[in-house]
Amino acid sequence: MSAMTPDLSTTYLGLRLRNPLVPSASPLTRTLEGVRRLEEAGAGAIVMYSLFEEQINHESEQLDHYLNYSSDSSPEALSYFPEMKNYNIGPEEYLELVSRAKRSIDIPLIGSLNGVSPGGWVRYAKAIEDAGADALELNVYFIPTDPMTSSGAVEEMYLDVVRRVRETIRIPLAVKISPYFSSTAWMCRRLHESGAQGVVLFNRFYQPDLDPETLEVVPDLVLSRADELRLPLRWAAILHGRVRADVAVSGGVHGSRDVIKAVMAGAAVAHMTSELLQKGIRRIPEILAEVRTWMTEHEYVSMDQMRGCMSQQHVAEPAVFERANYMKVLQSYRQDPTGRL
Amino acid sequence: MTKRLWTTIDGNEAAALIAYKLSEVIAIYPITPSTTMAELAEAWAVQEKSNLWGVRPVVRQMQSEGGAAGTCHGALQTGALTTTFTASQGLLLMIPNMYKIAGELTSAVFHVAARSIARQGLSIFGDHSDLMAVRQTGWAILVSASVQEAHDLALVAHAATLRTRVPFVHAFDGFRTSHEVMKIEELTETDIRSMIDEDSVREHRLRALSPERPFVRGTSHNPDVAFQAQESCNPYYAETPAVVRSLMERLAQLTGRRYGPFDYEGDPEADRVVVIMGSGAQTVAETVGHLRSQGHKVGVLTVRLYRPFDTAAFIAALPRTVRSLAVLDRSKEPGAAGEALYADTLTALYEHASSGGPRPRVIGGRYGLSSKEFTPAMAKAVFDELSKSAPKNHFTVGIHDDVSGSSLDYDPDYRIEPEDETRAIFWGLGSDGTVGANKNSIKIIGEMTDLHAQGYFVYDSKKSGSVTVSHLRFGQRPIRSPYLVQRAGFVAVHQFGLAERYPVLDAADEGAIFLLNSPVGPEEVWGRLPADTQRQALSKKVRFYVIDGYGIAKRLGIGGRINTIMQTAFFVLSGILPRDKAVEAIKKAIRKTYGKRGEAVVQKNMEAVDAALDSIRQVTLPAAAQGDRRLLADVPARAPEFVRQVTAEMMFGRGDTLPVSALPIDGTYPSATSQWEKRDISQEVPVWEQDLCIQCGKCVLVCPHAVIRSKIYEPSYAASAPASFKSVPAKWRETPDRRYTLQVSVQDCTGCAICVEVCPVKDRSNSARKAINMAPKDPVKTAEMANWDHFLSIPDITTAASPVPMDSVKNVQVLRPLFEFSGACAGCGETPYLKLVSQLFGDRALIANATGCSSIYGGNLPTTPWAVDAQGRGPAWSNSLFEDNAEFGLGYRIAVDQHRRYALKLLSALRDRVGGELADALVGADTSTDAGIAAQRERIAALKRALGASADTEAKDLLAVADALSPRSVWIVGGDGWAYDIGYGGLDHVLASGENVNVLVLDTEVYSNTGGQASKSTSRGAVAKFAAGGKESPKKDLGLLAMSYGHVYVAQVAMGASDSQTLRALQEAESYPGPSLVIAYSHCIAHGIDMRKGMSQQKMAVESGYWPIYRYDPRRSSRGDNPFQLDCRQPTMPLKAYLQTETRFRILEQSDRQAYERLMDLAERDRRERWQRYERMAAPSVATAPVQAPVEAR
Repeated sequence: MSAMTPDLSTTYLGLRLRNPLVPSASPLTRTLEGVRRLEEAGAGAIVMYSLFEEQINHESEQLDHYLNYSSDSSPEALSYFPEMKNYNIGPEEYLELVSRAKRSIDIPLIGSLNGVSPGGWVRYAKAIEDAGADALELNVYFIPTDPMTSSGAVEEMYLDVVRRVRETIRIPLAVKISPYFSSTAWMCRRLHESGAQGVVLFNRFYQPDLDPETLEVVPDLVLSRADELRLPLRWAAILHGRVRADVAVSGGVHGSRDVIKAVMAGAAVAHMTSELLQKGIRRIPEILAEVRTWMTEHEYVSMDQMRGCMSQQHVAEPAVFERANYMKVLQSYRQDPTGRL
Repeated sequence: MTKRLWTTIDGNEAAALIAYKLSEVIAIYPITPSTTMAELAEAWAVQEKSNLWGVRPVVRQMQSEGGAAGTCHGALQTGALTTTFTASQGLLLMIPNMYKIAGELTSAVFHVAARSIARQGLSIFGDHSDLMAVRQTGWAILVSASVQEAHDLALVAHAATLRTRVPFVHAFDGFRTSHEVMKIEELTETDIRSMIDEDSVREHRLRALSPERPFVRGTSHNPDVAFQAQESCNPYYAETPAVVRSLMERLAQLTGRRYGPFDYEGDPEADRVVVIMGSGAQTVAETVGHLRSQGHKVGVLTVRLYRPFDTAAFIAALPRTVRSLAVLDRSKEPGAAGEALYADTLTALYEHASSGGPRPRVIGGRYGLSSKEFTPAMAKAVFDELSKSAPKNHFTVGIHDDVSGSSLDYDPDYRIEPEDETRAIFWGLGSDGTVGANKNSIKIIGEMTDLHAQGYFVYDSKKSGSVTVSHLRFGQRPIRSPYLVQRAGFVAVHQFGLAERYPVLDAADEGAIFLLNSPVGPEEVWGRLPADTQRQALSKKVRFYVIDGYGIAKRLGIGGRINTIMQTAFFVLSGILPRDKAVEAIKKAIRKTYGKRGEAVVQKNMEAVDAALDSIRQVTLPAAAQGDRRLLADVPARAPEFVRQVTAEMMFGRGDTLPVSALPIDGTYPSATSQWEKRDISQEVPVWEQDLCIQCGKCVLVCPHAVIRSKIYEPSYAASAPASFKSVPAKWRETPDRRYTLQVSVQDCTGCAICVEVCPVKDRSNSARKAINMAPKDPVKTAEMANWDHFLSIPDITTAASPVPMDSVKNVQVLRPLFEFSGACAGCGETPYLKLVSQLFGDRALIANATGCSSIYGGNLPTTPWAVDAQGRGPAWSNSLFEDNAEFGLGYRIAVDQHRRYALKLLSALRDRVGGELADALVGADTSTDAGIAAQRERIAALKRALGASADTEAKDLLAVADALSPRSVWIVGGDGWAYDIGYGGLDHVLASGENVNVLVLDTEVYSNTGGQASKSTSRGAVAKFAAGGKESPKKDLGLLAMSYGHVYVAQVAMGASDSQTLRALQEAESYPGPSLVIAYSHCIAHGIDMRKGMSQQKMAVESGYWPIYRYDPRRSSRGDNPFQLDCRQPTMPLKAYLQTETRFRILEQSDRQAYERLMDLAERDRRERWQRYERMAAPSVATAPVQAPVEAR
């Protein structure tokens, strides 16, 4: 066993991170205090909560609607609300936080943007860069519901966004995508070619629930579970060495073994949110300590050494990430003595 | 010299800008049309704007104008520069303090948007009745005639009061000046500073009460000195006109604008002169200019400083050549020898004549009461009258007085609007943004060009589907036409339906541009216009354009806001600016107007501009009119005569032509008239799905306009119904063979869809389909109109003869509402409560209604929603004032009880004649049930028959009061502004009285009618006018205060949370033989919510603990039970989650997050403490000692 403390540092989007554990976009970064606490807890970098263009638009339109509603209709009441000095509708509050957070912390700060319009993507990306973010994550969250929209058109929309943003900003760019592409590897390659230095696997879409009693659609946010790691883990393993973009694993990272697995599959960083929301940010130092111990015990000196050691290119049987993987799972199911798996 | 800015603002803002700069303390209270001044001052204070001395004035809202005046008095006595803003009844409430302030020679200015005083009817509109009611208080009265003057003379008033110590009322015409938007030159701080004498300011402060140099002021005087003391002020009044004149001269040196206490304009050798005060003076001046160009020797004397009345200056201002004068008063003093200005003129001239001066003939007349138009034609009629050998004195002008013959004839075709002026008229709806767009256009033109600009906006009195007409003028020369546009070169109609209903081209000039927002293109539109309008278009050779504003808006996703689209079309077609410059200016204005609201809104409006540019289509006028469409301007022939002859004229915009004889002498109007005003304002209406419906009655209950009705009836009525009439078996155990119908009056629906939201039923195969759904009106309109008529012909079920007990919402639905089709907002949260009261108790209700929303939708002409049942009975309704409503209602109770006692006395005396059995039955009747009341009514009818034609006094007296033997249900109704603030003292007294009255507080938590000002009901953290930074203090617990008496029935209800609790509370309140108070949560547009979801908002309010519902019934105490019952469960929803759904809370988060977080924490504490208090009160152990419930009125 080496006496040396293992080197947890990693490189993501060209930025040197002290470790690969990166809290992803979440309410934890809604305040300056929250960002500072994440840094203190040991996070490798911070991904800010997402600036949602659609939400900004919605709030703007809603505010306008209610301020206008019934104004100038009655001689006695020309309006129903006082004119406020400002409404902080728009990205200003977000940008201000990015700017203040950047000045307050030493670790890299990655902005996150969810746009809806071509103009919005570009405008807000530039604004986040100007506010001081070290990198930008494009959180593309798009559900194509129109049966007349082809998969090719959807892909082109993604690529177009990346190209436009790339032309606008100089800081590194990552793209958070969904797992629902016909060819995820092809898509990741194209994203990289279009200007993304990294891909984040994957976006977890909010899935509405149905209430059979009231016949209502119920908005419901479910936090990730540990078994969800399998999907990004597989794709990280497949992409490693094949696509030159950095890979971030997101969704299902709940403990130190998950971080280790992510890096072994080839990820530059492992994003974590649900665990921190459920158990608090004290989990960051705990997990990092466990990772360190595990690496020491297993004589890994650095993350770079570990990265990709179990990627598809580096495992003994690359086919297990393809068809064989499914068979292996079935086999293990049969062999499970408890019968519960 | 500092460069002055030209700015485009209304008269209220013009005055408030000065008042704010020159005040340290501003006490405020809302009252139309002055409210804007107070709102601006409060908003500026929140924005930390400073006054001339670099500090932020304290702006404090009070509970009434009386309170504001008292606060002003106190602040003045302690040395602060103090002001307030008010009008009408508000000014009347200030009178006692005004006497004091003047008596103590205190420098102060009150800014007044002069308004009519309620006499036989309330009027929010402008005249000088309020000014004339304070002319005796010792205040100087300085009157501005235009927006620029409202700015300039506000400064003169403030400067003069400091110099003279005489307090000043600075007034201008309500609406005509207060709401007219005009391009004016704004005074700079340097200007203001150079008018203010700082020594006077210091002296004012040094006259303050101070323990460092104590004295007493406000002593009581004995007869020995009181008289002399009152004469001590004379030198100050004598000096005031000269001070005002010198300050006006100083202002002239600064600005070039010259004013005098009396200004003469006209022929220096005029033989005829009109004396007038206020904006009408400008109309006369314009007319004088025209008449002089035709060789007439005429002039106008404008009175600016009305008090102190400087007789010598008045005489000096008149040309020596004048032979006859007409004095025009904008007020009426019934029974006086003449109106006030006329009397002052006579006094001046007589005094002058007594010392050898000439004695011209003087006549006086009234004009412009309650914003009646005053036009050059009317001014000319006055000059014409002066030419007659025996002119009419005490005349009226502007109306047709066929009763007293006072009115002067005038030629409505006499029009003198300048040729070199652009004039435009825009017809729109309140909801479509027309007025806002026009205000914006005036600003653009006013501030981007050298043109002068004026805008004035006419609104109707409805709160839903209200029609607006905008009148705009632009010209190279200053605009001095304070009257509606008479000849317009541009007429835009922003709603197609308005072109079908109104003669929109009446004011179109020859060759005018006519722009119509039309869903159909240039090829189809012509034949859809009324034939008369087509003929006008042809004879006037209008240039006709269409644009599909709603089509564009829909495409762009901006809903019903067509303002930017239509504004762009106006600029493009009118050519008032070059096209490119206009587009650039509109876009710049969009950024300025909407920038704060976010980029998305800016972008959508930008897109609207671009889309409009390509969408204007010209219509080639055919050679002749097509089709025979007529203006929709009739009521059915079956309507009562008064409705046909009088009400209809008002409904269709022809009220100005009604002669005096058509109007009631005492303000008495028939009930049940809203049914004739089919406004047809909604594009979508509810459609009933009878197969899904469970007949629960919830949609009927919540419909704010009583448009959804249900009946259970004999099957024969279904057989005789139109084919499309829907009828299903009634789902009541008690009525197995009856049929049930839910019917919608589609022409009265406002389309709020609140019915759909509350419908609890969903189609099992299609969850979007409910038992009632909104659908386009046009396809069903004709059939549903016939169905509605048939539905009305089916007999109503009455409370007295109902097959089902009236103890549930399901059963109550079949009762006929006696409150229907009001002008309230679509989705109103108040009206469902009133409707329910009318269903339950309407046939015996006397309603005292405080001024506010409920008095406007309840009693604003032309129609009233208060209706009658099949027997002709219904709620009898009256509105006295805002502040006195509880006392007013108590008066009803006392009078009714007194008459009942008198009737019993007479009955006893006439027992033999009436018959012992009937008399005993009348005396001993149990009228606690509806059936009991019905039986008593039959006995009263029998009594009347028995007394028949008796000629003796006692019998005749008994006939006059016999109806009082039947119970009367007294309801005192008003909003929270009344109950919590201005009327609280009276309400408290009435509750304490123990009398049997029912108080219904329609609690919207703001002054809704005047635009959402905070009341003491407003919750902590809510943003409201007068609480622009979020309300700092907690909501007053009115119910708790009332419960503290022990003998008051108190309930807090929210229909959307528990309709059954609401029903029970109203029934208990009414049955309680003492005072009852029901506080009803009423969602409101002033909350900034989706009004469709108003009932869900109420539910959340209760579930979050924001609005706990409860009942406190003193009768329970006598049974040994806890009188207090909490009718809701422990809060299940976080308070913040509820508050976040309402704009009134959310905008504080958006505008000031820190304040939001702080106030939300306090609001949460308020909620928690309130809930804990109620929980303790509801605990079984709290059952209090029996309280003696008041017995029924003796």
